This record gives sequence, C-alpha cells and structure tokens, in this order.
Amino acid sequence: MLRRYSVHLSLATVGGLIIYLAHQEYLSLYIMSVLMFMGVNIILSTSLNLVNGYMGEFSCGHAGFMCVGAYVSSLLGVWLFANDKVFGAPLLNPKYTLYAFPLLILVGGIAAAFAGLLVAIPSYKTRGDYLAIITLASNYIIISVIENIGAIGGSRGFMGMKQLISAMEKRVDLPWMPIWVFLFTVFCIWLMRRYISSTFGKGVTAICQDEVAAEIMSVNTNKIKTITFMVSSGMAGIAGGLFAYILGYVNPGSFNILKSTEVLVMVYLGGMASLSGSVLSAILFTILLELLRPLQIIKWIVIPLLLIILMQFRPEGIMGNRELGDIFPKLKKFYRFK
Amino acid sequence: MENLVQNIINALQWGSFYALIALGYTLVYGVLTLINFAHGDVFMVGAYIAFFSATFLLTTLGLPGWIALALCIPLTMILTAMVGVTLERIAYRPLRNKGAHRLYVVITALMCGLILEHANLAIFGASRKAFPPLIAEHVYTIGGVTFTNLKIAVIATAFLAFMFLHWMVTKTRVGMAMRAISYDKFAVPLLGIPLDQIIVVTFILGSGFAGLAGLLFAMSYPVLEPYMGALIGWKAFIAAVVGGIGDIRGAFLGGFLLGTVEIMVVAFFPSTYRDLIAFTVLLVILTWKPTGLFGIAKTTKI
Repeated sequence: MLRRYSVHLSLATVGGLIIYLAHQEYLSLYIMSVLMFMGVNIILSTSLNLVNGYMGEFSCGHAGFMCVGAYVSSLLGVWLFANDKVFGAPLLNPKYTLYAFPLLILVGGIAAAFAGLLVAIPSYKTRGDYLAIITLASNYIIISVIENIGAIGGSRGFMGMKQLISAMEKRVDLPWMPIWVFLFTVFCIWLMRRYISSTFGKGVTAICQDEVAAEIMSVNTNKIKTITFMVSSGMAGIAGGLFAYILGYVNPGSFNILKSTEVLVMVYLGGMASLSGSVLSAILFTILLELLRPLQIIKWIVIPLLLIILMQFRPEGIMGNRELGDIFPKLKKFYRFK
Repeated sequence: MENLVQNIINALQWGSFYALIALGYTLVYGVLTLINFAHGDVFMVGAYIAFFSATFLLTTLGLPGWIALALCIPLTMILTAMVGVTLERIAYRPLRNKGAHRLYVVITALMCGLILEHANLAIFGASRKAFPPLIAEHVYTIGGVTFTNLKIAVIATAFLAFMFLHWMVTKTRVGMAMRAISYDKFAVPLLGIPLDQIIVVTFILGSGFAGLAGLLFAMSYPVLEPYMGALIGWKAFIAAVVGGIGDIRGAFLGGFLLGTVEIMVVAFFPSTYRDLIAFTVLLVILTWKPTGLFGIAKTTKI
C-alpha cells in the first residue's frame, strides 16, 4: 500500500510544501526563481537524455527547440490575454488566463515538436557526427529566423508575459508560476518514464545498440526516430515556454549554443540513459551555478574544470546508465515508479 | 562583373580562415574520431599569442615590421601547437587510455574550450585588443577590382597549407601512420607504430595551422576579443563536416564553400540573413549527401 503510493505522496508533500512556503513568502523570490529554473533544467536534461542517452545520437542543438517553444507560447499568450504594442488589446478576457495557461505551454511544446522534424527527417539517412551537425545547424537556423522577424522584436527580444501571471494571480491568489513549473516537471518525468518503459520505447534502446540489427528485427526505425525526436524537442519546447514565463522576457540570444552546451553537460554529468541521473544532475548543476555566482567570470573556469576532473575519475557520469533503484536496491521496497 | 570578381576574392579570403581551421578539425577527427570542440578556441588563443609576440617584437625589441612578421609566424605556430598538445596530454589522453565513451571526450573538449575562453577573459579582461600593423598594406586595383597584399597572402597561405598537409598525409611515413590509425586503432600499435606519438603530431599540425589562421585573422581584422574563436570554430566544424570529415580535401573545399555562401549572401541580401541562408544550404547538402562531399559511407557489419 505504502509502496504503491509513496511516490505520489512524497511528490504531493514536496510540491505542497514549496507552494505553501512560496505563498506565505517564507522563501525569497531569488530562491523561488532558482527552484523554478531547477524544474526547467530537469525537463531539459531528461528530454535531451532521451535522444543522447537512450537513442544514442549526439544532438547538440537542444536550445533551438526550447526557443521555438518559448516564442510560440509567449506570443500566443500575449496575443490572447495581454495588452501589447504589437498585438493590441487582448482577444479574450484575461480572467480565463488561468485555465488556458497549461494549454499555451502545451501548444508551445507541440510547435517545438514539429520543429523537431527539422532534425528527425534528415536522421533517416544521416547518422552520428553528421547528425550532430544537423542539430547544430538547426539551432542556428531557428535563432536566425527569429532574429530576422522584426515584428516580434527580432534580436531585441519580446516581453509582456508578466501580465498573464498577474492576471492569474488576480483570479486566484496563489503563486501560479511555481505550481505550473512543478506540475509540468512531474508530467514530463512521468511521460519520459512511460515512454521509455513501453514496448515502443524498447525500440529506442534497440536503435542505440545497433540500428541495422534493430531494423532487421522488425523495428520501424524511421518511425521511432521521428517520434523520439518529436517527443524530445516537444519537451524542450515545454521547458522553453516555462522559461519564458518565469523570466517574463525572451530574446533569441539566450537560446544559443552555450545554452545547448549547458544542457549537454547536465546529461553527461548525470549519466547517459539514466532518468534519475538526469534529474539529479540538473538539480546539482543548478545549485552549483548559483553557488558559484559570486565568482563571476571565474565561475566559467571552475565549472568546466570540475567537469573535466569528474570525467577523468568517473567518465560515465554520476549514475552511469543505472537508475536510483539499481544503485540502492533496498529503496525498491519503498517505492514503485512507473 | 567587377562586383562579382570582387566578391569572389573576398569569399576566397573569408573561406581561407574557415579552411585553415577546418583542416585542424578534420586531421584530429580522421585520426581519433574525436570532435575537438576546443579547436575554435585554440584558434582564438593563437590570435592572442600572435598579438603578444607581435607587440613584443615590435615595441620591446623594436624590430622592423617584416622581420617581426617572419619571427612571429613560427613563434605563433609553435606556441599554439604547444597549447593543443597540452590539451591532448592533460585532458584527452587519460580519458582515451581509460577507454571512455567517445562522447565523453567530446564533452571534455567542449569544457576545455570554455576554460580557454573564460581564462582569457579573466586574465586579459573583456576589452578588445587592437593588433599592431606588421606590414604596410598595399591596395592594388586591376580593372575596378581592388585587393590588398594581405588578402593575397591569406589565400596563398591557405592553399600552401592545404598542399603541405595533403602531401604530408598521402606521401610521408607519418601520414601513412595517421591513415592507418584512422583505419584500425587496435591493430596499429601491434605493427610497431607509436600511437601516442602520431596523435601528438596530429595535434601539433592541427593546432599549428589554427595558430597561423589566428595570426592571419588578427592581421586582416585587427580587433581581438575572447569570444572570437567560438562562433568561427563552430562554423569551421560545420564546414569540415560538409566536406566530409576526416578528409583533407573535404575540409578545404567545405571551408571555401561556407565562405563563398556567406559572402554571397551578404552581397545580395541583408547581412542578418547570413547565418540563416548559410546553414540552410549546409542542411540541404547534408540531407542530399549524408556523409558530406568527400565522405565515404561506411558499411556496418552486424
């Protein structure tokens, strides 16, 4: 009984506690924003792990899909619910923002999933390092397209998302951003877990082992690749949407190769093909970034140095390709996570 | 017509930088199948080394410009090669000896690049450095087409570097060993070929030419900043892959292709479309020829 519901219970406790503390303003805005970025980073690293870890491809343009999600959901939100220079008065009454918000984020995710086709279709024929280049090029292409659309701000960026958040908080007085980030993070991890452990998801691991052999064993590799790339980039889009609403401002420069590198680092720090490793490394990496913030420029010397040292002594990352339950088998008695 | 010729000359010069950097990527990749993501930053370090040695030779020693240039070229190449070899010794070799997954070495390379960039930023500050003019620039005009002696020198250097590396890889014993390693990494040490030494030679060649590219770049566009290597490095890598990574001719051609596309886009469209169109062309090329222009599709055994 306890085993069955322990994960649900602990998640509800943690989520409830964070939201209660945020509501009572025990946690400062700074800590809240760090926690929210943690959620975004968890979604990013787990979704990239789907492609880089489970499927064994090397995608290094993840921030591009994040950019698509961020722009689509924030443009749609501002168009529908906010007063803006570009779009004019809101189309719908802002009091419906609360109900429409998850849909906005999901639409951003879906748009990013379709942008994922940019990588998925060439991946039928192209593999390995050549595919890595395609992901890299698509990152550049997406940023460049957005920079060249002057109507939505171009490289100056786009803002106005804070209005939606204040509209939500006016409707029901709760800290809505942390709630949505928490819910979407849990949703994405759950989705990943279900996807990987499904029969269809076994095909993804089969492609990682040997693509030709998988195809001979009647795995439809093209279909699996398409769907996996779409799921992965769609989740990046969700993370991007949340990122945009947390900051209240997006500009294409914040989704450049450096951001993609950050996500890559989180995946390899946690270990390839390990869901709990990705979650853990996203949490650790976010905390590390914040702790080292006072060092300013030296931060970006210390962090790569730490990673190089980690790679020398534990090249497979924190968890290797194992899950939490494999490392501490006794834990399995207490929870069941599907 | 004159406009076109002028653009072609500009494209050749711009492509030369890509080609010189792409040669380093492709050499290392050909031998180790390692994407050396720190290479763009090695190029940046090369430009800085050129800056310091040029200022030292010109102002401290007070040498005339052409002697300073003649000393600056080998100095920059040797010092940059040392940077490359140091990276290989400290970061890549221990991982390789442990038999770590290839992609972990790639991540290490990325991290090395970040360290080089930000160490530079921390030590020398964010202010841009102006490169001292080493030789007087002559402007020649033939039938409405203008070019400088520097442009000709850059293009000629790129061609010479290509011919030297091509000769090195195809005709010499070291080159033969390099090709052998790229063919089979496990059998080669059994035949008495010193694996680590050959890899070090590869890094010396690649980083040395990146240093040369840095010097030429600093002479052509005399403003230095720590992030100059990142973007140009990524683009040169893309050029190397489009040419077919692991192939000297491919890297050379890919570099010029990327340079030409970029210059032509700037000539006929607003300059903000440069990245967009250049990368779209590359995407189309890679979709049409999945292993690049010169790449050979490997058959996989099951």
